[in-house]
This record gives sequence, C-alpha cells and structure tokens, in this order.
Amino acid sequence: MFINAILLALREIRRNLMRSFLTILGIVIGVAAVITMVTLGNGATRMVGEQIASLGSNLLILRPGQSMGPAAFGAPNFRLADAEAIRAQVSALKAVAPIVSSGAPLVAGNNNWSSTVTGATNDYFIAGNWKIAAGRIFSEDEQHAGRAVCVIGATVQSKLFGHQNPVGAELRVKNFSCLVVGLLTSKGQGAMGMDQDDVVVMPLKTAQRRLTGNPQDIRVILLSMRDGAAPEPIMAQIRKLMRERRKIADNDDDNFNLMDTRQIAEILSGTISTITTLLGAVAAVSLLVGGIGIMNIMLVSVTERTREIGIRLAIGALEHEVLLQFLIEAVALSAFGGIVGILLALISCLGLSALTHMPFEFQPGINLISFAFSALIGVLFGYMPARRAARLDPIEALRHE
Amino acid sequence: MNTPTPTPLIEFRGVSKTYGQGQAAFLALRGIHLGIRQGEFLAIMGPSGSGKSTAMNILGCLDAPSEGEFTFQGVHVERLGRNQRALLRRHYLGFVFQGFNLLARTSAQENVELPLLYRGESAPKRHAAAREALARVGLSGWERHTPAELSGGQQQRVAIARAIVTQPLVLLADEPTGNLDSHRSHEIMELLVTLNREQGITVLMVTHEPDMAGYASRVVHFVDGEIARDDLQENRACS
Ligand SMILES: Nc1ncnc2c1ncn2[C@@H]1O[C@H](COP(=O)(O)OP(=O)(O)OP(=O)(O)O)[C@@H](O)[C@H]1O
Ligand SMILES: [Mg+2]
Repeated sequence: MFINAILLALREIRRNLMRSFLTILGIVIGVAAVITMVTLGNGATRMVGEQIASLGSNLLILRPGQSMGPAAFGAPNFRLADAEAIRAQVSALKAVAPIVSSGAPLVAGNNNWSSTVTGATNDYFIAGNWKIAAGRIFSEDEQHAGRAVCVIGATVQSKLFGHQNPVGAELRVKNFSCLVVGLLTSKGQGAMGMDQDDVVVMPLKTAQRRLTGNPQDIRVILLSMRDGAAPEPIMAQIRKLMRERRKIADNDDDNFNLMDTRQIAEILSGTISTITTLLGAVAAVSLLVGGIGIMNIMLVSVTERTREIGIRLAIGALEHEVLLQFLIEAVALSAFGGIVGILLALISCLGLSALTHMPFEFQPGINLISFAFSALIGVLFGYMPARRAARLDPIEALRHE
Repeated sequence: MNTPTPTPLIEFRGVSKTYGQGQAAFLALRGIHLGIRQGEFLAIMGPSGSGKSTAMNILGCLDAPSEGEFTFQGVHVERLGRNQRALLRRHYLGFVFQGFNLLARTSAQENVELPLLYRGESAPKRHAAAREALARVGLSGWERHTPAELSGGQQQRVAIARAIVTQPLVLLADEPTGNLDSHRSHEIMELLVTLNREQGITVLMVTHEPDMAGYASRVVHFVDGEIARDDLQENRACS
C-alpha cells in the first residue's frame, strides 16, 4: 500500500507538472539560499584562516604610529638596535624580522615586471612562513656587507624567467643589478585575489642603502612567537621595552602599535560567522515561506480534487490511505524542491567562488540538513491539507462541482 | 409489501434518515422496510426530493442511517465506523454515478484499475482485470483514452467497468443514464441487464425514467421518504 501511495503521488505530480514546479519554487530558492550562504560563509572563514596561516603562525606585527592605518605621521621609525634589543630581552620569540619595503621596477633579459621589494634578515623567512623551493637564503656575509643578492617569489619568477631556473640569474632592481640566489615556494592566491607570490626579498642592508635610501630606518618588525606561547605576556613585555627605548612618559600614549595576527583573524572570522548565521537565518525563513507555499497549493489542490477524493473514498479508500497519498505528494514535492535547490546552490556557489576567489568546498552536512529540512517541511505543511482531504465526506465530495 | 425470503442479501428495518438538527431537522427517510435478494435488479423511482438518493447512499454504505437497522449479508452496517464501511464498499460494492465521476487526465485503463489498487492487487493482475472489464463493456482498444477523449456513453461504460472490475456482489447506480441521450441510455441499461443476468450481480438503480425502470425486475416507488409501491416486473424490457 505504501508503494502504491508513492506511485499515486508521483503520478499526480507528473500530471500537474507546471503547477508542481511553481509549488516547489519557494523551497528551491529557500534551500539554494541556505546552502549558498552557509557554504560561502564557511569558505570566507576558511580563507581568512589560510591567509593568517600563510602570514606565519603566532605572528606579531610592530609598527610605528598609533593606529592600524598605513600612515604614522610624527612617530619615529625603528632602528636595527630596537630589533636586537627585543631579540635579546624577549625570550619566547622564534624570529625577529625587521623589514623595509618599496615598490620597484624589475628587469630580466627582455622582460619587465614591477613588484614589492622587501629588505629583511633571514628571520623574515621564518616569520613569514616561507619555504625555499630552489637555491638558498642569504649568507652571513651577504647580510653584513649588504650585497646585491635576492630571493624571488613564484610570480616574479614566472613573469621574468618563464620556465627557466632563476637561481644564478641576474635581476635588475630599479637601478642596480642583483644576483638571484633563491626561489620561494608558492603560497598561492590570497584574499581578494591578492598575489602573495609577487615578492622580491633582499638583505636588509642592501635595501636600506640602495632602495629606500635611508640606511637606519626600519618600518616594520615582524615577531614570531614560539608555538604554544601565550601572546599577552609577550606583547606586554615588548610594549614595555619599546616604551622605554622610545622614552615615552608614563602618562603619554604609545607611538607604535603591536598587533597579534591571530587576534585579528579571530575577530575577522567571528564577524564572518555572525554574518553567515544571520544570512542563513534569513534564508531559513525563506525556506519556511516556501513551506507555506506548499501548504497553500496543497489546500487548493485538495479543494480542486474534492471530486477525485470522493471517488477514491466511495471506491473504498480508507482515511489513512487518502491522508498518506496527499502527505506523500507534499513530501515528494518538497523533497524534489530540495534536490533542485541543492543543484542550484552548487551552481551559484561555484559561480560566486570563482568570482570572489574564495575557496569552495562541497559541504555534505548543510546539504543533507537542508534536504531533510525541506522534506520535513513537506510533512509539516502537507499534513493539514492531507487530513482535510482524508476527512471529507464521500457523498459531499462526489457532489462537489 | 413484497419481502423476498428466506434471508435477503440487504435488509432495511425501520430505517430513517434525518438531515440537520432541531428546528431545521428534515426527515428524508421515514422508517423504511425493504429486503433485497441476491440477483435482483431493483429500480428506485419517485419524485424529486423523495429520498431516493438518501436511500441509495445508505444502501451503498456511504452514509449511516439515523435510526433503524441495515444489514448487509447479516452484518449490521449501522453499527460500523467510517473505515469499516469503506472496507465493505471496497470488497463487495461497485458504484456508477450520474456524473460518470472518472479521474480526469487519467486513462480509461488506470481509472478502471483504481479499485484494484486499493485492494492491493499486483500490477499484472490489475492490468489483466482492467482490460477484461473494459472488454466486457465493449471498450476494447480504448484503454489509453482519457475521459476528455471519450463520449458520455463511453465514459459511463468506463465507469461501469470500474464498478465491476472487482466482481462486486452489488452494483449501485444513482441515475446512471441521467446525463445521456436515450439511445445511449438504452445501451447502458442493456449492459446492466447483461451483467445482472450473466454474472448474477445484484443491481440497485435510481432512475426518473419509466423506460429505464422497465429493465428492472422490481421497481420501488418512493414518496416523501416512504415506500409507496413495490412492484415485481415479470415481463421486463429486454434486448
Ligand atoms: N446533506 C443534506 N442535508 C440536508 N438535507 C438533505 C441533504 N441531502 C438531502 N437532503 C434533503 O433530503 C431530501 C431527500 O433528498 P434526496 O437527495 O434523497 O432526494 P432524491 O429523491 O434523490 O431527489 P432527486 O430525484 O432530485 O435526486 C431532499 O428534500 C433534500 O433536500
Ligand atoms: Mg437523487
């Protein structure tokens, strides 16, 4: 009987294909919206996480000026001695990487490119979580003497050297020639399509002398904490040290700022997941509205098919058989809507993630939940119309015009 | 009154039916006594509003009497619930309605199979039985047609095929020819007579037309919810 009921329901859906399609539209859109929101939200969270991880784990960023903003008017830059003092006095640090950077035109052979050139010590590779794909990092002598050598990222290599091995090749940076000694392993595309591999790194001294033209100043110090170290005491220690070194009076504000990338990441992903939850909730409401749509159509359908129900009852259909028929019809409709919604979500997720460069990962959980929920909506909103059909008086129903 | 013996297949003992309540109550049947033997072809006649359909609905176990006893094969139907009456209809009764009442956009074959579906018959059995029933009403080759593609007479024959596909004990027909012209009406009546004679199906029919009542073996006249006359017809009209 159960199989019969399913067959009857499917036959009925097929018989009213157009109406069935319109009926499930609400569910389709609801399911698609929920899945798309949640999938994209998770993608965004993951992307932020990856971004932070690629910056380096347990990374602190020390910059002059008060705000997180780019300009720091009035606030003096750091000196190499600051970095060395931190290294000497703060023990829980794995790497202390003072850096300067500047945009510069690059030429190799007939190829031109323009990129950000960073001057840094070897600690930079640890703090920035960089791996060497070919060649080596800087030698002691190269750093000390400020020799014209550099390590390049994967994008610079492909733009300037194509498939050739760049190690040992000459690279012209701005107005001086530089020997490529190493190639960095690609980190891939970052947030909003930002290319992390578009970098050239050279010894700090080299960059200070030949690029920024200021042999003393350091713009940023990257600090990498040891794994498992609690950031708060370390940050307090560094802040205290810097206040002393920069001779800041007790009641004056800091003229530098120290940020923990993990904190930033947490704040960011917290915000994203709040937004995701909110959008998901809005989408869930639309799913509910879709369910009401199904109930509406099922009620219309019961009225429209009163005669048919009368015939079935007169022929000897039992109450629960009619109930089951209409219930299965509603569930089949909404479940089908759920499937179409999942397909739609798949398409829109693929499209949107391609557009925003966000990672897309098929998430079986939310798809399964949405599908089950849409079927449940069929049961909830199909029950009332189905019961109405089952309770009809066969004589009245047969007389119905 | 002509009460056939020994035990009638169907028996009304003092059956009354009241519609509505209190001031608006209307007594549609007033203590009817009626016995119907197996194999009878009974026609019910009477003026409009005399309670024919009301009686038919009770006979067809679609409705319960307000008072009195109604036995079908000795079973007290007035004591049965809605679902139990549905099972009686499913297993023993076949219905033909005035308005054909076929499922729209559904082939003749599927319409005829419907009662078998509720009986839980297997698909091959259903197909075979439906084809056979359609053949018996002269509609071989029309299995795939939907009601919209059939004439009124053909639709009524599909309805009869649906009613007899389960080989019921009793066939109930409330004005089966009410929507048909006289030529097609006679065709339908001859079909009913054949089913009654050859298959021994008991036929209960409501009609307004004396012509049609002429095919019956017995005619009961209703007036104001009571039986006014009950005639056995020896020389019924025949093909
Ligand atoms: N559901 C109902 N509620 C109230 N009154 C009803 C109902 N059904 C029938 N009646 C009344 O009962 C009386 C008998 O109705 P019934 O339908 O049995 O007549 P009938 O003999 O079949 O008439 P017709 O030849 O017009 O079909 C009528 O007066 C009718 O108005
Ligand atoms: Mg009537």
